[in-house]
Amino acid sequence: MTSTSLVSPAEPVESTGAPARLRWALADGWTLTRRALAHWARRPEQVVMGLLFPVMLVLMFGYLFGGQMAVPGGGSYREFLMPGMFAMTMVFGVETTFAAVATDASRSITDRFRSLPMASSAVVAGRGAADMLHSVLALTVMAVTGLAVGWRWHEGAGRALAAAGLLLLLRFALLWLGVYLGLVARSPELLVAVQVLVWPIGFLSNAFVDPATMPGWLGAIAEWNPLSATIGATRELFGTPGWDGGSWAAEHAVPMAVLWPLLLAAVFFPLSVRRYRRLSR
Amino acid sequence: MTDHAVLAQGVRKRYGGGTTALDGLDLAVAPGTVHGLLGPNGAGKTTCVRILATLLTLDGGRAEVAGFDVLREPARVRRRIGLVGQHAAVDEVLSGRQNLEMFGRLHHLPTRAARRRADELLERFGLRDAGRRPAGEYSGGMRRRLDLAAGMIMAPAVLFLDEPTTGLDPRGRSEVWETVRALAEDGTTVLLTTQYLEEADRLAGRISVVDRGRVIAEGTPDELKSGLGADRVDVVLRDPAALPAAADLLSGATGARVETDPDTRRLSAPVTDRVAALIEVVRALDGAGIDAEDIALRRPTLDEVFLHLTADRAEEAA
Repeated sequence: MTSTSLVSPAEPVESTGAPARLRWALADGWTLTRRALAHWARRPEQVVMGLLFPVMLVLMFGYLFGGQMAVPGGGSYREFLMPGMFAMTMVFGVETTFAAVATDASRSITDRFRSLPMASSAVVAGRGAADMLHSVLALTVMAVTGLAVGWRWHEGAGRALAAAGLLLLLRFALLWLGVYLGLVARSPELLVAVQVLVWPIGFLSNAFVDPATMPGWLGAIAEWNPLSATIGATRELFGTPGWDGGSWAAEHAVPMAVLWPLLLAAVFFPLSVRRYRRLSR
Repeated sequence: MTDHAVLAQGVRKRYGGGTTALDGLDLAVAPGTVHGLLGPNGAGKTTCVRILATLLTLDGGRAEVAGFDVLREPARVRRRIGLVGQHAAVDEVLSGRQNLEMFGRLHHLPTRAARRRADELLERFGLRDAGRRPAGEYSGGMRRRLDLAAGMIMAPAVLFLDEPTTGLDPRGRSEVWETVRALAEDGTTVLLTTQYLEEADRLAGRISVVDRGRVIAEGTPDELKSGLGADRVDVVLRDPAALPAAADLLSGATGARVETDPDTRRLSAPVTDRVAALIEVVRALDGAGIDAEDIALRRPTLDEVFLHLTADRAEEAA
């Protein structure tokens, strides 16, 4: 240890005015996004495993189960499956968000962040931006996988991009669910619970099979599952095989795929903010 | 504005469950001093630090840090404090250097200044060689030093250390002590909580003894020790069998209650007239033919002060 005195590298700056505050909020958020990116750089194997897991599912469902599956209205099961797997990939993202938020909340590093003169939104904003980046990457990997197993978009690039937009909108809504659950749990040990719960949510939708084949009441739940709305809408926009709908929810998949995520975000965003504030009581 | 670095007046805090953590705590810390908050587990030390560091809101009273009210101007307070909590508050995946750079950026230093500051702090806290390794691989003492460095990014006016050596081995502990002393020499105001009396005695210029959410005594370590009353005479015997007889003699010579510790064969009693009492004790022991290994006059330890103070409170409450 040397004996040089510690001199402050800068005078405390008071950021006043809305423009300055917004600028710092963005800068702070970016600093924390970079923190998440640095985590990936230090643990690339985790990122790669996370990206390859849904690819494995595509191969499993597409080639092992696929032979048995009858697509409603006819067509390739793998083409039917891909929109479901895109949406499932977005749902798996909840695990990433949950694990990161719960880990931070269980450690004193959250206290340090909260004792710094940074924007209080930055912790969540930085996390959110990193997770969205991750999901874009995951979606790209899945699209390449889809192309390799015979999935195509049949309605033009514009509608395909709109479908991607709906998927990311779903991911954005689930971001707040993940943040909320992470702040409630405050311990990454509950990650297993989240990982398990993802499955019934995924299967209780139109991701893998036509809800019409399920017992009546279960089929109804599956029809109204927010996941089904996004999947139905993306099937429509990609022009991949689906079914003739029949239910009101299936007929209006595209507006529902916009409304459901907005509703989820409208519920879980304020809940998350309240939870975060409650840390100071 | 006040001329105190930390000022708390009648601070109250009650948690949701109904437990009263702080019950009218008063505290005044002069700039450039090291102040110890000493108390048992659950006394309210951590709650106090968390309120002063703007992590918790207070329910009653008021508190100022570096001249700013913690409730009304938390942002101004945050620009002037550093916090080192009970557990290392660093990112364990990132390297020491990445951690310090990140915290520098969050203090709104420009990229290059943050990088320079990170290097400076690594050097200063003896972590230069470990700078590129993930913080999760550091030893306990190193991690705590990284934590201290992170608290010193802006060379804050006030540094809060909440039990900075809990869970450290003796080597790690002395490393942290050395660091805190050096920071204090530089003029940083340090508010330190600890349940180790030795730590408070070694580091703090003034000590507030906290019990059940209030300050029950305050002063320099010496003042607290004299407050207990007198100096003490310690006698260590060779033969433990002679302890009862020696205790009677000691009690007669000093006229006070004698504490006996059979494990160390030690007797201890308070004395008023130091030298006269010492001569009296030596004579009495010699007359009875009791062989002593050691006889000494000493100041009371903070342990004794502490037990004395908290015992009084316990009796009051009973």
